[in-house]
Amino acid sequence: MDFANFLIQMLNGLQYGLLLFMLAAGLTLIFGIMGVVNLAHGSFYMLGAYMAWSLSAQFGSLFLAIVVGAALSVVLGLALEWALFRHFYKRDHLDQVLLTFGLIYIFEEVRSLLWGDDVHAVQMPEMLNWSIPLTDTLSYPVYRLVMSGICILLAIGLYLLISKTRLGMKIRAGAFNRDMTEALGINIRLIHAVVFALGVGLAAVAGMIAAPISSVYPSMGGSVLIMCFVVVVIGGIGSVRGALISALLVGLVDTFGKVLVPQVAGMLVYMLMAAVLLYKPEGLFKQ
Amino acid sequence: MSAASAHLEQLPRSLQFTLGLGAVALAAFPFIGVDGQDYYIQMLSQMMILAIFAMSLDLLQGVTGLVSLGHAAFFGLAGYALAFITPDTGPVSLWWSLPLAAAGAGLAALVIGFFVVRTHGIYFIMVTMAFAQMIFYLFFDNKSLGGSDGIYVNFKPSTAIAGLTGGAELFDLENKVTFFYFTFVVLLLVYGFLRRVLFSPFGRTLAGIRVNEHRMRAMGYGTMWYKLTAFTLAGALAGVAGYLWAAQTGFVNPELLGFHLSAHAIMMVILGGMGNFAGAIVGAFAFEYLMHVFKDVTKHWQLLMGSFIVLVVILAPRGLLGLGQSLLNRMGNRAATAPAGAEERKQHV
Repeated sequence: MDFANFLIQMLNGLQYGLLLFMLAAGLTLIFGIMGVVNLAHGSFYMLGAYMAWSLSAQFGSLFLAIVVGAALSVVLGLALEWALFRHFYKRDHLDQVLLTFGLIYIFEEVRSLLWGDDVHAVQMPEMLNWSIPLTDTLSYPVYRLVMSGICILLAIGLYLLISKTRLGMKIRAGAFNRDMTEALGINIRLIHAVVFALGVGLAAVAGMIAAPISSVYPSMGGSVLIMCFVVVVIGGIGSVRGALISALLVGLVDTFGKVLVPQVAGMLVYMLMAAVLLYKPEGLFKQ
Repeated sequence: MSAASAHLEQLPRSLQFTLGLGAVALAAFPFIGVDGQDYYIQMLSQMMILAIFAMSLDLLQGVTGLVSLGHAAFFGLAGYALAFITPDTGPVSLWWSLPLAAAGAGLAALVIGFFVVRTHGIYFIMVTMAFAQMIFYLFFDNKSLGGSDGIYVNFKPSTAIAGLTGGAELFDLENKVTFFYFTFVVLLLVYGFLRRVLFSPFGRTLAGIRVNEHRMRAMGYGTMWYKLTAFTLAGALAGVAGYLWAAQTGFVNPELLGFHLSAHAIMMVILGGMGNFAGAIVGAFAFEYLMHVFKDVTKHWQLLMGSFIVLVVILAPRGLLGLGQSLLNRMGNRAATAPAGAEERKQHV
């Protein structure tokens, strides 16, 4: 494989990994801080993508669609947390698994009722619809670079939020010891709502920015959910740093695997997960 | 509801009696002449097969407390095994293909279990789902294994034993009623076996692991090996169900391996009531029946199914049998439940 091809696959792997990180970060935060496992996380990704499709058709601009869609998904997240999830923090994981599995069905039907069952393409913004030439014959799409850039910005934003702001401090305190934090007068319910909405928002925005590349189809939630789970298991539940590293790892392994060993490419990531589990059953990083 | 409070192991006498009546009704069904008899017999056979599947999951979930989102993998693998070993020209013998398929599923469970039982809690749920999806994609992506289209099982297994019957079938599985009764017998055998296991030292250890694994380890039990054995046994029994499903429908496809079926099985076990294998049977029948009803009502049945699941989780966490038990408790049936209560109290000492 020559350098240009290697660079392309590297960039692809990183872009895929960063996208996975946006999903995994939300999932791992929601689990680390509230102890809720959310199987419907992939559904938020799908809803975000469909929102991007319909809103960009309405507004004529993907950028505006993403902004509005992000706001809508945050509201959806807050509403879901208030109506359902808040009552399940103290329940068994089994109940949470079932509840969120039921939600997957409900979201699928909502999507079917609102937007139908067809596959759609989303127009890439004209401004970004060109490629940087790498060699005489190969070039790399700028949109993918922009996608990675957005994910990196969001990752940095998340890091700054959690470690450098007061809100982040309260979030970390709430994860460490919920009751003490509440006893200190901090409104932990609001914190939980914010974290949940953040997780939902990240997933939806991931779906929105991925839509022009992956197109919009009904089962996109399920396939991304399983990758997300693998990332979280490898990285360690509750650790955002672990999610980042393992997302990049999974992205690169999957991408290079498809190119180098296509026959077993589908299983490669799971073998990686199995290997990690043998040595570190709780993932690479602790909370 | 926590997995530890599955006090449904011994049901009150009146519930046991009702369930027994249900079993008798089921056995007598083919003799009642109803319109569309054939269709209902097939539907009930399918429900019984799923009941066996649900019971195998109950061993893992209700007894040992391990929530596996990947149990359908073993169900599907045994079904595929039957599809692969049935030649194009004629049927394969039931007597060695069923044990082989179940053993194959059990072997897969042993291998996967080896990686998976060392994880706990939420990790266990996630990795079982991940491994099962891996198997799903293995079959889905590979044309040689049937791909997304699946494989046909050309002939139902033959029950002839070469030496004894010289080519004639002992009982003809192509006949729907015979197949119904065969499945019924397997259901009863699996139920009886699992009840024996439940109250054996092995079963009591599994229940102890569910209640408090650390305490069991402190008492010297090698809990990982017990969990692995339970996982393997549950996988093999799921294989029995999967084999029967493939034999009945004559067709296997990757959906039989997917996490949707696994989640349905979890739902069945919870709906009926965990820890008591009769609950798994009740749950399987109820869930399948409801799915038929919802699918008949509207194209958007998933909305109804999803809402139903959500409602059950919120309102009836101990399932139908649990509801039945609480109802009887409130009606003053305390004498029947006292022995069960005393038994549970002894365990907590």
